[in-house]
Amino acid sequence: MSASGVKQVPDTETQIRIAPDGQSIVKDDIKWVMNPYDEFGVEEALRIKEKFGGEVTIVSLGPKRVTESIRTALAMGADKGVLINDPSAEDSDALATARALAAVIKDMEYDLIFTGQRGVDDDMGLVGASVAEILGIPQLSVITKVEVSEDGTSVKVERPVEGQTLTIESPLPALITAQKGLNEPRYASLPGIMKAKKKPLEEKTLADLGLDASQFGKEARKLKVLELTPPPQRQAGKIIDGETPEEKAAELARVLHEEAKVI
Amino acid sequence: MSQGVMVVPEQRDGELRKISFEIVSEGRRLADALGQSLTALLLGSDIKDKAPTLGHYGADRVLVADDARLGTYTTDAYVPVISEAVKANDPAILLLGASFQGKDLAARLSAHLGVGMAQDCTGFSIEDGNLIAIRPIYAGKAYAKVTFQDSWPQMATARPNVMPVNEPDTSRSAEIMDAEFNLDDSVLKTKVVDVSKDESGRVDLTEAEKIVSGGRGMKGPENFKILEELADLIGATVGASRSAVDAGWRPHSDQVGQTGKVVSPNLYIACGISGAIQHLAGMSTSKVIVAINKDPDAPIFQKADYGVVDDLFKIVPVLTNEVKKYL
Repeated sequence: MSASGVKQVPDTETQIRIAPDGQSIVKDDIKWVMNPYDEFGVEEALRIKEKFGGEVTIVSLGPKRVTESIRTALAMGADKGVLINDPSAEDSDALATARALAAVIKDMEYDLIFTGQRGVDDDMGLVGASVAEILGIPQLSVITKVEVSEDGTSVKVERPVEGQTLTIESPLPALITAQKGLNEPRYASLPGIMKAKKKPLEEKTLADLGLDASQFGKEARKLKVLELTPPPQRQAGKIIDGETPEEKAAELARVLHEEAKVI
Repeated sequence: MSQGVMVVPEQRDGELRKISFEIVSEGRRLADALGQSLTALLLGSDIKDKAPTLGHYGADRVLVADDARLGTYTTDAYVPVISEAVKANDPAILLLGASFQGKDLAARLSAHLGVGMAQDCTGFSIEDGNLIAIRPIYAGKAYAKVTFQDSWPQMATARPNVMPVNEPDTSRSAEIMDAEFNLDDSVLKTKVVDVSKDESGRVDLTEAEKIVSGGRGMKGPENFKILEELADLIGATVGASRSAVDAGWRPHSDQVGQTGKVVSPNLYIACGISGAIQHLAGMSTSKVIVAINKDPDAPIFQKADYGVVDDLFKIVPVLTNEVKKYL
């Protein structure tokens, strides 16, 4: 049995524009997709299900549009979905989001929980670890290989860090955050898409989960966004002149040494 | 009332990592801005001899948690020990490095302490006594200025290679004390059973001071050899664009961009990389950017400090030869 957390994010080709309030981004015309790192998590959960049996449940928090991403995961082969859709939860910070996700997961039977190693929107990488903390289970972060033991009681994972790859063993249940390289996510097949339409996708409010709405949303954030700004503009660069490639390369080496002082 | 700055330096195999000096230096600046003291909390096994060095970089006090079970980092062992020290010392600011270890640790620790956390920040300041952090979001397509609300300590991680390192002052000495902690074996659930070292011997992209990166214009995996030659000569790490990785030319761990690694080296040389927005996002905090591409309209040139419009296969080998003059 496993649960996979998914988040819907702007496609990585999206140009990010700051909204007039200076604290959020312009959300019109954005192509929303499943967070790429979450896709690796969903794929891994499906592979484990194919080997060991069980069910894969997709859990997410967000507005109605997120059902599309959950349907994508169901079309890939997941069994059911739960969307926490509550206007009071909008703009919650990572810890509050994790509380809501954990409230759904805690009553399920689960051996493994997958999330992406970070969302490619806010780049925080906090929700997975926070869910693990709330549920009191080990976290295995930024993982590129997962091997569940034959008896299904433990897992061995690979975690690349700076200049090393660690092999870590953990008892189950555990939470794994997926890194690129873990697998190649499958595309949903046409029959898969047809079947997904009939799979259960439940929507819940915070109250349904027994949660106090005042602990969620923008006002309850412990990390507060004061302002969003465009990235600092880089000064216009210099095109290296030269008659031949040799001249250009020599000039480039010279400026890197004399002007930029980086060589 | 919460007071002072606490930093958690990072050691590997008993040696302090560069990120440790970066956060001690930044912690010193923040402590000075508050007019308060800086404590470094050092965890490891037989690590006490490293404590004075942290004083040279600016720590007023070093708390040492020395235990055989803290030699190799695990989330399970580090979180309770740090949590206990944070509760006992009640710092106003808790700063860690945004290395792989630091990000894993800070994520779990912030949830354990029930506080807000600003991950992978590129700038800090103190305004009205509060910590303000700047953090790139969407891999750098926008920057967020954030602060904390009813959340003590104010907790953040600093991106590697960004915070300037103080000149060590060997006449500075820190007060060195043992940290008090109880670590119960029953909480230690995970175990590092193997460590395999990357054989290239190069620094990881996230910490590299120089990067030579290749994209689709490299035409095939075998051609990365010319980038490796240049990289070896100047002490750089080799990176790749998403298209080069997706084509199977380079491993996933080499990918720079929004779905790969976000890097901030002093020098980034992009070879045959057109500059898709998701790539530009991942490297735009590099200090000096060089683009080598035969297409003069490639978007990478808009981000580059130095551009060479020419065939990379003609430029790179000559460049490798030319830089030898300056080494």
